Amino acid sequence: MKGYEVRFEPDLPRRQAVGRIWQGVALLAILMGIAVLLTLLVRVFLDGLPYLRPQLFTEFPSRFPDKAGLRSALQGSIWLMVLTALLSFPLGVGAGIYLEEFAPKNAITRFIEINIANLAGVPSIIYGLLGLGLFVRGLGLGRSLLAGVLTMTLVILPVIIVSTRESLRAVPASIREAALALGASRWEMVRDHVLVYSMGGILTGMILALSRAIGETAPLITIGALTYIAFDPRGPLDIFTVLPIQIFNWVSMPQEAFHRLAAAGIVILLAVLLSMNALAIWLRNRLQKRW
Amino acid sequence: MDPIALEIRNLRVYYDDFLAIKDVNLSIPKNQITAIIGPSGVGKSTLLRAMNRMNELVPGCRTEGEIFFDGVNIYDPKVDPVEVRRRIGMVFQKPNPFPKSIYENVAWGLRINGFRGSRSQMDEMVEQALRAAALWDEVKDKLHQSGLSLSGGQQQRLCIARAVALQPEIILLDEPASALDPIATLKIEELMRELKKDYTLVIVTHNMQQAARVSDYTAMMMLTSQGERSGTVIEFDRTKTIFTNPRDKRTEDYVTGRFG
Amino acid sequence: MPRKLLDQELQRLKDEILVLGVMVERSVLDAVEALRNRDHKMALRILELDQKINAQRFAIEKDAIALIATQQPMARDLRLLTAILAVSAELERIGDYAKGIAQITLRMNELPSSPLIGGIPRMAQKATDMLHRALSAFVNEDTAIAQALPREDDEVDALYLLVQQQLLHLIQQNPQSAERANWLLWAAHNLERAADRVTNICERTIYAVTGEMVEMDVSWDELKEENQ
Repeated sequence: MKGYEVRFEPDLPRRQAVGRIWQGVALLAILMGIAVLLTLLVRVFLDGLPYLRPQLFTEFPSRFPDKAGLRSALQGSIWLMVLTALLSFPLGVGAGIYLEEFAPKNAITRFIEINIANLAGVPSIIYGLLGLGLFVRGLGLGRSLLAGVLTMTLVILPVIIVSTRESLRAVPASIREAALALGASRWEMVRDHVLVYSMGGILTGMILALSRAIGETAPLITIGALTYIAFDPRGPLDIFTVLPIQIFNWVSMPQEAFHRLAAAGIVILLAVLLSMNALAIWLRNRLQKRW
Repeated sequence: MDPIALEIRNLRVYYDDFLAIKDVNLSIPKNQITAIIGPSGVGKSTLLRAMNRMNELVPGCRTEGEIFFDGVNIYDPKVDPVEVRRRIGMVFQKPNPFPKSIYENVAWGLRINGFRGSRSQMDEMVEQALRAAALWDEVKDKLHQSGLSLSGGQQQRLCIARAVALQPEIILLDEPASALDPIATLKIEELMRELKKDYTLVIVTHNMQQAARVSDYTAMMMLTSQGERSGTVIEFDRTKTIFTNPRDKRTEDYVTGRFG
Repeated sequence: MPRKLLDQELQRLKDEILVLGVMVERSVLDAVEALRNRDHKMALRILELDQKINAQRFAIEKDAIALIATQQPMARDLRLLTAILAVSAELERIGDYAKGIAQITLRMNELPSSPLIGGIPRMAQKATDMLHRALSAFVNEDTAIAQALPREDDEVDALYLLVQQQLLHLIQQNPQSAERANWLLWAAHNLERAADRVTNICERTIYAVTGEMVEMDVSWDELKEENQ
């Protein structure tokens, strides 16, 4: 077999050294990112520290920094999130299930799929303009919470549909075949197996979409969410504001104290975001099925 | 010749424009084990999956011809494939238990197919199915553990139990032992011989020795000609004949290992 | 072509069968030669040769079984291997007939000598000739020869009949020679049986090539017909 001779010059020390250099470069890259993030967090936390006190949650906005709080904005954000979740979950997951499990694989389906994927990448301000035209003016909902919810649902729907489909796709074909080969209908297969095993992924996607929603400002400003609300929202048709708008408003104030208030607001917003992400990770680990 | 469980006539299966199997005529004998052998890519699994209409789950798959089962052509437009699949069960290459309890794995098929019995009747049915699959003694104390906690061979027997629970007439096995070690493989083969008292079995296998060991009849598949990529059944006979004195030169070459 | 190893081994086993065949032919011819010459030493050598024949047969058998176990031959290969097993057994039996003749030679040593019956060497010639051609047909997978050969067994049977008559004649002429005649009849009988076994080899050849199991011993059918 061996009809020829090969001479190897391994030069292992050099090859190992090159490997170590690149390993160092990669480590440096990640350290840079972490350092920037840490600086930001520490700055914001230190700035906002004096205002991280109970009044922040109990007081409405005010012209006087010492009296100002984000009570209405936090409530608005919670209302917005809960209602958006209630609306977007059935719509997004339903659409995902239909596209992934039931839709015939034809040109129309493919067209819809491509569009949804594209919509997920559309800047959110475009949705704001759409919401303004459609919900605020077209349906005459005004600057209500409901208009905000509908707009925000539009923003995150493509994300939910895409992540739902990905979760469904992660259920192996062998499980589907197993169910169908036992004489199950498609819906029985989806209901008792595919959905059950993909629920962790679907919920994770849902929460990540909502944490995007909670940080969105542009579309809500576009539809005219107010910045100064001095009462608790009473229902979906009330006018409303949300945390990022409140923060945005404080940042644009000339007084230094408002900037510190904004920093406190940012800490709250970050805390909400991080806990939502943590919840998502926890859900994923808990509900994830291994095959 | 034994009574016929499944009568395949002029079967053709297309994947879009590609003719995967061509003009298959085959009579599957009742309460016997029929093996389908042949080189890779010849359409053995396609033929098997045509027998309980699993093929049509593949986009672009089209079937022509007839398969008579219990006097009815299962490809008749009036026939619901869901009903076909309850009566013609299937076991797959890779063990695929549901990520649920051992008990649930067996009970689910019963439940969706409308088994309305008391809890104790259900327990009884699950036990019977697990016994039929020679698994009961190994799992009776851990029925509520995950089916995925079992070994590969046990998982495959669980899949057989799951199929058997629905009391099908035919069980199709698509290389059921190819992912298992030799001992687990022999257990599955032993089980198949037990099961043929009550069921008709059809097995696709790459392993000629396995076909020789386990089956009563063997169908040999080959490409219709070198240029074409369509497969068909070129010889069907008792397994003894196929492995000692086949009629077709191509079968002879294949079983003696001189193919290709 | 895959299965190069199996093909090589099958070819080698065929060659070993030929070697065994040559040993057996030699044994038969020498046994009759020893009988003719009352050659005590030669007869003893045949007993030794028989040991070698047995060893050769066992070696073939072991290799064939190892091939079945490790190579899982199917169809034609499997038929050929089982035929090799059967043929090696037939050859060993023929060797035993030669040994029987050698033992007759040793026993007849104490008896006064008498002229050998001419039919016996001719039987040996014919039987070994048939054996030789049967083995060629086997290794060359020549069914035509395997089909035709068994009919030549009639010639051996005819010679056997002739020997029987000659021996009967001998006893009638000289009752003292009855014991010798009895031994010689026994030797002739061994040769007749050896030729019958050639038919079995032909049957195995047909089976290995075509998969058909045929009974080629026509004498039995004829016997039945005659008695009906």
